[in-house]
Amino acid sequence: MLENIRLSFKGIWSHKMRSFLTMLGIIIGIAAIIAIVSTIKGTNEQIKENLIGSGDNTVEISLYQGDWTYEMGYEGIPAGVPVINSQMMEEIKNIDHVVGASAYLSRQEYEVYHLNTSISGGNVLGVDNSYFSTCNYIIRRGRGFSQKDYSQFRKVALLDKDSSDALFQGEDPLGKTIEIKKEPFVVVGIVEKSKIFEPTINSIEDYYTYSQDASGKIYIPNTTWPIIYQFDEPQNLVIEVESTDDMTNAGKSAADILNSYVSSSDETLKYKAEDLLEQAKQIQQLSQSTNSMLIWIAGISLIVGGIGVMNIMLVSVTERTQEIGLKKAIGAKKSNILGQFLTEAAVLTSMGGIMGVISGIILAEVISRLSEMPVAISVPAAVGAVVFSMAIGIVFGVFPSYKAAALDPIEALRRE
Amino acid sequence: MILDLQHIFKDYNQDKLVVPVLKDVNLQVEEGEYVAIMGPSGSGKTTLMNIIGCLDRPTSGAFELAGTDILTLKDKELSNVRLNSIGFVFQSFHLMPKETALENVSLPLSYAGVKKKERKERALKALTRVGLEDRATFMPTQLSGGQKQRVAIARAMVNNPKILLADEPTGALDSKSGAQIMELFQKLNDEGVTIVMITHDSNIASHAKKVYNIIDGEISQAVKKEETHEEEN
Repeated sequence: MLENIRLSFKGIWSHKMRSFLTMLGIIIGIAAIIAIVSTIKGTNEQIKENLIGSGDNTVEISLYQGDWTYEMGYEGIPAGVPVINSQMMEEIKNIDHVVGASAYLSRQEYEVYHLNTSISGGNVLGVDNSYFSTCNYIIRRGRGFSQKDYSQFRKVALLDKDSSDALFQGEDPLGKTIEIKKEPFVVVGIVEKSKIFEPTINSIEDYYTYSQDASGKIYIPNTTWPIIYQFDEPQNLVIEVESTDDMTNAGKSAADILNSYVSSSDETLKYKAEDLLEQAKQIQQLSQSTNSMLIWIAGISLIVGGIGVMNIMLVSVTERTQEIGLKKAIGAKKSNILGQFLTEAAVLTSMGGIMGVISGIILAEVISRLSEMPVAISVPAAVGAVVFSMAIGIVFGVFPSYKAAALDPIEALRRE
Repeated sequence: MILDLQHIFKDYNQDKLVVPVLKDVNLQVEEGEYVAIMGPSGSGKTTLMNIIGCLDRPTSGAFELAGTDILTLKDKELSNVRLNSIGFVFQSFHLMPKETALENVSLPLSYAGVKKKERKERALKALTRVGLEDRATFMPTQLSGGQKQRVAIARAMVNNPKILLADEPTGALDSKSGAQIMELFQKLNDEGVTIVMITHDSNIASHAKKVYNIIDGEISQAVKKEETHEEEN
């Protein structure tokens, strides 16, 4: 086998120009496929990153009524939906790959004022102390909530960057008072995601997809919640998981646990995890279907390349009739000859495949520079491409190799 | 008995016409013999050699090589016989042009599944036997005709075959190189190698210890070398 590979390289090297031209079909086909796959992968990864945010592996679980999140009226928690207690939290924290979990209260609030400035559509969240670590928030300025804030029902608030910008417009918010539903709260700190992630926006569609969450958030201790709202409201849950790929499953498991405690007569009342991975996949599929067409077209060029390989191998067999005759005369079996020519075809196309992968990567880089499309090189695709081109060599090499192996040594030796 | 051919017939079919090439050929060669088969072109000597070399099958007859009934063997087994029991030497050498002398000589060993290191050792030994150990890394184009033929002989000998089969071994050589090849054959025969040589040249045939004449597909009785010597004297 090694001997065959050595002979193949020698044969290919001794006909450099011819070998290169033979490989060209394979090179072009593989390069096209690698370039397409790289752009698909680049786009997909960007979609996923934009939706999920890099490194922030949190899943939100909320109570839904039918297809929409449950809207609080004045009636409080719906019958049959229990408040999330410590036992449920324990169960959720025991789910595989779950790192942390925190239950919180949330409402969209239009009545938030600083003097005469208000924010519309901001969210007020009643949180416990584990919320900020679970969601990877850090206190950028000021302080976080202390034990006393909770135990003494202090009316204090933390703002994120969006809400502080909207309410204070560049003024220093620390120590200032804001009004939520006419109740005064003192701003004690500003929080920020520990990893700031800006989605990459390439088009107006991207903008609509990713920028819906720009209105600000105002955090208050969950113990003070009933001062402005009511006791026992439905809670949301946020869980942090080990890796992005765990998000879907862990989110579902957590929702299932919560649902097992729900005993409402309203069948449509259910906890659901927002599945960003699923959303990402749906967007990805749109771009993928057009590109898979392109891959098929590139595949045709590989078949054409394979036929070229077969053609040259047939010429090569004719040229080397004497060599084959001699080898058979001195004891080479059919299988030896078959192996030699098949190896040569496979080595030829594998080399073409490797060159194709390299040119494909270069092509993808050029595309990304010129069109600002994201590219990501897929290692499995590169390996697959080389293996596939090797397979092409074997498939299209079978006929010429078999022809060589079947040569009559007497005839073959006689030919000059 | 190394070679035992009994009543060998070989016909070729040419456009519905049956052309007999070998007619009732009987040939026995003992171990260590040095035999020449001489005949003009068209006499059937190449066909006979192809049959002895297990490259061709006779139309009828019996053929044993070192006690093995060759005619019952399958193609794959015939390959093994050619690999292990027969060493071929051709008129036009048939060396691989892109391989060194050493690589050419070790080619049959690779088919025999010999490990790389041992292949090199044995090929070098075979080259030494033909006096070309200092040309091991030379390409065929860098060798003279006589040297090429000696490389081919080393290749034929490298698997220690039972019989060395030479088809016009000096046909492409000048007389001086030809004489050197004949000396080498003599030396190998003295070392115990059985040689069957096919030629049209009576001078070359006279180097063998036994000469058969083949004319129109029929083989004559052997002429012993001792007798020819007496005639010459």
